[in-house]
Amino acid sequence: MKNKTALFFLAGALFALIVGVLFGLLASLQYIIPEFLKEYIPFNKMRPFHVTTVVSWIILCATGSIYFFITRIEMLKLFSAKLAKFHFIIFLLTGLGIYISFLTGKMEGREYLAYSPILAIPILIGWIFFGINYFKTIIKNVSNWPVYYWMWGTGIVFMIYHLCEAHLWVFPYFKDYIVRDISVQWKSYGSFVGSWNMLVYGIAIYIMSKIKSDSALARGKTVFFFYFLGLTNLMFGWAHHTYLIPIEPWIRYVAYGISMTEWVVLIHIIYCWKKSLNKEEKQSYCMAYKFLITADFWIFLNLILAILFSIPAINFFTHGTHITVAHSMGTTIGINSTILLASVFFIVSKINPDFNINQFLIKKGHFLFKVSLFFFWCSLLLAGIKKSYWMYFSENILFSEMQNSLYYVYVGIFVFGFGLAVSIVMLSTPLIKTVFQYIFANKNYS
Amino acid sequence: MPKKANILIISVLITLFSVYNIFIYTSQDCKQPIKLSIKASKGQQLWQNNNCWSCHQVYGLGGYLGPDLTNVYSSPNKGESYIKAFLNSGVKTMPKFNFSEEEKDAIVLYLKHIDSTGYFPNYDANLHKTGWVELKYKNEK
Repeated sequence: MKNKTALFFLAGALFALIVGVLFGLLASLQYIIPEFLKEYIPFNKMRPFHVTTVVSWIILCATGSIYFFITRIEMLKLFSAKLAKFHFIIFLLTGLGIYISFLTGKMEGREYLAYSPILAIPILIGWIFFGINYFKTIIKNVSNWPVYYWMWGTGIVFMIYHLCEAHLWVFPYFKDYIVRDISVQWKSYGSFVGSWNMLVYGIAIYIMSKIKSDSALARGKTVFFFYFLGLTNLMFGWAHHTYLIPIEPWIRYVAYGISMTEWVVLIHIIYCWKKSLNKEEKQSYCMAYKFLITADFWIFLNLILAILFSIPAINFFTHGTHITVAHSMGTTIGINSTILLASVFFIVSKINPDFNINQFLIKKGHFLFKVSLFFFWCSLLLAGIKKSYWMYFSENILFSEMQNSLYYVYVGIFVFGFGLAVSIVMLSTPLIKTVFQYIFANKNYS
Repeated sequence: MPKKANILIISVLITLFSVYNIFIYTSQDCKQPIKLSIKASKGQQLWQNNNCWSCHQVYGLGGYLGPDLTNVYSSPNKGESYIKAFLNSGVKTMPKFNFSEEEKDAIVLYLKHIDSTGYFPNYDANLHKTGWVELKYKNEK
């Protein structure tokens, strides 16, 4: 096949990753230099740029990886290469439309989905194209589906559902009732993340089974038990976001009961896999392996944090503080992005077996990534603890005074964020270069 | 083809999920359902169009550069004139907006509606030894 769509998705993803962290840096700079370009790029405009772009990184990389694995590794004939191309073109054009609307100040959406809701329609069409292509390709050609096929399939279906749900606010029935509106909005966001986790964790399990050359790893009863547990969590475990909203208590009870088992899913699988992996297998996909181990470490840290604040009495103190940000950064960077970088390294090793993983940029970049992220995360936790103390244990201290007292913590967040951005540029540059070389080389690879 | 047992489990989960969603979508807001007026709805749209959520929070959800505004309307020494003063003058981190009087009224009304739905932080909540938090609701007897 001459179809290079998978690599276009990956190139777009890596580009979005670099640009997204740079937007994040610019936005965080306003915590320490509030007047910095405030009239031109105020925080309320920079944040949507940052969030949209880094979410694009996750979505594009997961999509590109799945297309690549299906067509190049599994050697399945895609139901429609044209549909995949349309999928990419729709996402590309919609992305451009979103940036143009942001630049012209037309942001009519909400947190995380700040673009005008009309732009959700082409995004939905892109996901539907992906779903048709995926299921039409897999259903007839694969028997006894390994768990990652289930995870990708459910991830796609629930992305479509929750993208629709996240826009229910356009209807007065939801929009006009504040508590219902906030509940449904945050229900959709929680499950939206659960849906892309299905795609990303499926990729992690796929790479593990390929590195180990053991397809049984993804077909056992245990792995399916955890998959269904994760799916249950995706469907019902969202409400820890809304413990403190005056919704009906039974919704919060359900969330408390189910909450956060999702992390147990992946940690168990990675733990079992790591234990049984021999040295030779580790060597052959060195960088992919190293990034999966980094993800493993972050799962441990986030597991502890998530379990703690899924207890309502602890959530009471952490909600509305940077502790929540620490958790989301630990998840999106520490877990999702490291798994996706592992995926790109795995793919690059397939398209260019001579790719030098020991080059300076990658070795030092990986080290800087781990160190910066850890201290970035700790700084966010510290900011959260101080804010929580201000909210519940201090009196007559103004918000601005509390923010001023956090100045050096915010400096820390910026400095470690800068380290993180540098490491991401170091890691992504050789990957982008290789991907582009193969896009523009006249080779039939996928 | 996928295994039939897996399809059965997924079907059961999706059925439960559908029922659960119907309950969520139709549930009455606890204690006091508050409907936005047309003017407050305009305030909500202004809140969205200007990305106020980027910096501010409602019920602890939103950005952290600015303060939570759930109860800014009823807080001592704050309220309508306090909110209006901030809107067009800006502060160190907040850009100056250029809202008309009518728009400022709409935003204030939206914040008033939010305020009437509950408390955040919920200082009068009861923390149980089981880890459960019993919230204090507005207008609760």
